[in-house]
Amino acid sequence: MKKVIQIKKLAGEFAENKDVAKDLRVNQIIPTLSEHNSIVLDFSGISGTTQSFIHALISEPIRQFGDDALDMMEFKNCSDVVREVVRTVCEYMQESIN
Amino acid sequence: MKVTLSNSDYLRNFDRFIAGLDFSNPEILHIHSNPNWINVHPVVLTLVTVMAMRAGKDNVKFENLTATSGSYLDRMGLFEFTSQESPYNIHKKEETGRFIPVTLIKNATEQSKFITDMIPLLHLPVDKTDAIKYTLGELLRNVLEHSESNVGAVVAAQYYKKSNTVRIGICDSGIGIKKSLQKYWASHAKTDIDAIKWALVPGISGTTRREGGTEDNAGAGLFFIKSIAQVARSYFMIYTGSGIFKLLLHDKRIENPRLHSNPDDDRHSERDDAPYFQGTLVAIDLSLENKSEFTLLLSSIREVYGRAVRDRKIKKYKEPKFI
Repeated sequence: MKKVIQIKKLAGEFAENKDVAKDLRVNQIIPTLSEHNSIVLDFSGISGTTQSFIHALISEPIRQFGDDALDMMEFKNCSDVVREVVRTVCEYMQESIN
Repeated sequence: MKVTLSNSDYLRNFDRFIAGLDFSNPEILHIHSNPNWINVHPVVLTLVTVMAMRAGKDNVKFENLTATSGSYLDRMGLFEFTSQESPYNIHKKEETGRFIPVTLIKNATEQSKFITDMIPLLHLPVDKTDAIKYTLGELLRNVLEHSESNVGAVVAAQYYKKSNTVRIGICDSGIGIKKSLQKYWASHAKTDIDAIKWALVPGISGTTRREGGTEDNAGAGLFFIKSIAQVARSYFMIYTGSGIFKLLLHDKRIENPRLHSNPDDDRHSERDDAPYFQGTLVAIDLSLENKSEFTLLLSSIREVYGRAVRDRKIKKYKEPKFI
């Protein structure tokens, strides 16, 4: 079963607190991906986010696991703003590591 | 120290305010103003607050504070940072909306609370608040992470109905951009203005030279803010040390202004001879008139960002040897 993380519970309606993102990355995302399990990042209830938050959340998994990270991570219920910021970070991280 | 409060709250007239600044003798602050008229941008209040905290409450002296319009200083909370009593008698409950008084943010928790609490104060439609939350979120976090400011971040904002603009000021008392780039980018940050411009390039972080940044920093924050300002036809200014970079408005007839990864390509003014300010001051006049959605703006930023990373990588490629 896929692990699901409800981001809003920890980050609020506008996800900008990088400490929260870092905590999720270190304690949940990386350990899950390290065991080759999938994870769902559920952004329901979140209106927007910052590039810094998403970077702190997913850049290191992409660096560690390459584009396999994007097979193992799914982004659910993203608003248009969240979707665009996630795309940006995924794009520049893949550009950076390739 | 000496500061003369301006008669104009436009960022385009900020140079006049800068000319009246004097940071010498930090143990005392004299605040001068026109006896008949005071009109200040929120960023001026944040700078005065930082200067007042540097001097200490008992050493802040208002001179000539007789203008009726000076009550704005009281409403914005400036007298919280001085022992001098306000000569104004305002009813704070009367105008609870449309401005955010001078506020100190010292940690991420305070930042999150501030961003949640401040939007209702501005009484704006929800679809207009994304850019404001984004801008404040990134700028405040920059201060908390990189400035080493002993007072944290000082922020204030005001909504202007006539121009449909939110004017925001953020100031810190930290090490400045030049010093924060010294570890990894010394050759690009020899002067304050060079450091500001280098910090505006997408993917340049004071925490690493690695492409893509560290796990916590990408070096994208200031580039995003500059781009948001550019698309929204908004003023954006950074003042640190002796350097000032001011993004100027593009022609109104240009519907989709081109974003640049190199700030030298932006329509801007710059100088490196301003009175030396130990800290960093950022101001943005965010126009809410812009018709294009915030997501489209982010999409444009993404394209320019990706191109900048690719171009930088190509420059590092070895050239084949043709003999």
